[in-house]
Amino acid sequence: MNPTLLSPEGLSGLVFLGLVAVTICGAVIATAAKRLIRCLTGLVACFMGVAGLYYYLGSPFVAMMQLLIYVGAIAIVIAFGIMLAEPDEAKLVKKKSGLSGVLSLIAGSAVAWGLAVAALRADWMSPAVKLNDGSVRDVGMSLLTTYSMVFELVSVVLLVAILGSLALARTGRDKE
Amino acid sequence: MNEVIRLVIYLVAIIAFAALNAAYLVWVERKGAGHIQRRIGPKEVGPYGLLQPLADGAKLMSKQILIPRGVDVPLFMIAPVLAMVPAIMSFVTIPFSETLVARDINIGLLMIFAFASVNIMALLLGGWASRNKYAVISATRAVSQNVSYEIPMLITVITIVMISGSMNLNEIVMQQTNILKWYIWPWTGNFLGPISFLLFFTCSLAETNRAPFDLGEAESELIAGFHTEYAGMGFGMFFMGEYANIVIGCSLITILFLGGWQCPFGLFPGIHWFLIKLYALCWTFVWIRWTYPRTTLWGLLNLSWKYLIPISLVNLILTAGLLKVM
Repeated sequence: MNPTLLSPEGLSGLVFLGLVAVTICGAVIATAAKRLIRCLTGLVACFMGVAGLYYYLGSPFVAMMQLLIYVGAIAIVIAFGIMLAEPDEAKLVKKKSGLSGVLSLIAGSAVAWGLAVAALRADWMSPAVKLNDGSVRDVGMSLLTTYSMVFELVSVVLLVAILGSLALARTGRDKE
Repeated sequence: MNEVIRLVIYLVAIIAFAALNAAYLVWVERKGAGHIQRRIGPKEVGPYGLLQPLADGAKLMSKQILIPRGVDVPLFMIAPVLAMVPAIMSFVTIPFSETLVARDINIGLLMIFAFASVNIMALLLGGWASRNKYAVISATRAVSQNVSYEIPMLITVITIVMISGSMNLNEIVMQQTNILKWYIWPWTGNFLGPISFLLFFTCSLAETNRAPFDLGEAESELIAGFHTEYAGMGFGMFFMGEYANIVIGCSLITILFLGGWQCPFGLFPGIHWFLIKLYALCWTFVWIRWTYPRTTLWGLLNLSWKYLIPISLVNLILTAGLLKVM
């Protein structure tokens, strides 16, 4: 028998569909809106939808980090970039011609098809053999033991980014 | 199904609690301001002006929501909602008593900070969409302030997490069974405990945009800051979000440093102790606002980057060292 709408399965399905809808709508707004600040808002909605999906999939830690880092830090930095760059009128995104739309549709569907094929043919491990439950403890343990090298490399990338932005800001000040 | 009904009841109760708190904290604020400035504050509506918040609420709700020409309408409408919803969501993990908590998840502390960061987005969008110079200046000020005070706040929180070994708010409270075991004291884990408390308190004042750190809505320079262009309930939502954030900040201080719903003497723990501590802290917020003048923007940012962040880093390293040694 199909689960009814108000059963736990039905409700969780509804929540899942809602989150997917938020993610997809956010992504569409992020790519299609004409004003940059609206694109950013779409991006934020997309991030929130993805965070919700992580939560739905039982890893609340990743969901919270998604909110804290992507919405709380990256989106804010992008917003500052938009505000500092140009006045609002100059920032309307120009409409592309029809041909580029067709081409990007073809390219996009090729990528989507490739990903779908890869996902369907891949030899996924079954949920029963997954190593841990994605809780804070497990994430912390694996980051500081198995994946400590990757963890440190990421911080080097961040360091380089900070140095780069400092160098850029420094030359900008000299020009004046 | 029972779980769903329970959650719905909790959500309704939380929204009512947040709205009631916003209304009556405004009353406390006005009364407190009045008495600090040697006047009486609101007194006409009801005894001691106690019905004033209801009158204000009715006024706000019946006002037209004006949309000025040239604003970015969808963003203009979304911003107040974004200011309100994360604040409400943060209440979900706050343990009012041992059993009175809507969702007892084990990363409750992290969740509150995650939602607090969404709140910044609301200020930014509201200010930007208003198409008003004052609102934009205010939004950039509020955001730079929030972003720079989030760092010492999170670092201070990490020390508490290291001492307690948990991010579950209820568990942190359960460890502080009596007044001697509160994490504010220097003998519980780190001798810099009182300094952690002061750091966290200062940062929550700044994060909630309260005086002396209310640069974002400095009335004498920026009219009303990022909500200059909002009328009626749009303004009301921003206001409710702001007071809900104050309540959340005070709840967090209560939970992390003052033993939450535990009784100081180990007798009859419960929601009453939580509320007593919470409102004492809220009153301190009001008291500070009407006692100190506003700082400058440079002073504010310097305080965070030059003093609070280094102190909190030293605090963190010391705590880690002490935990390793002991």
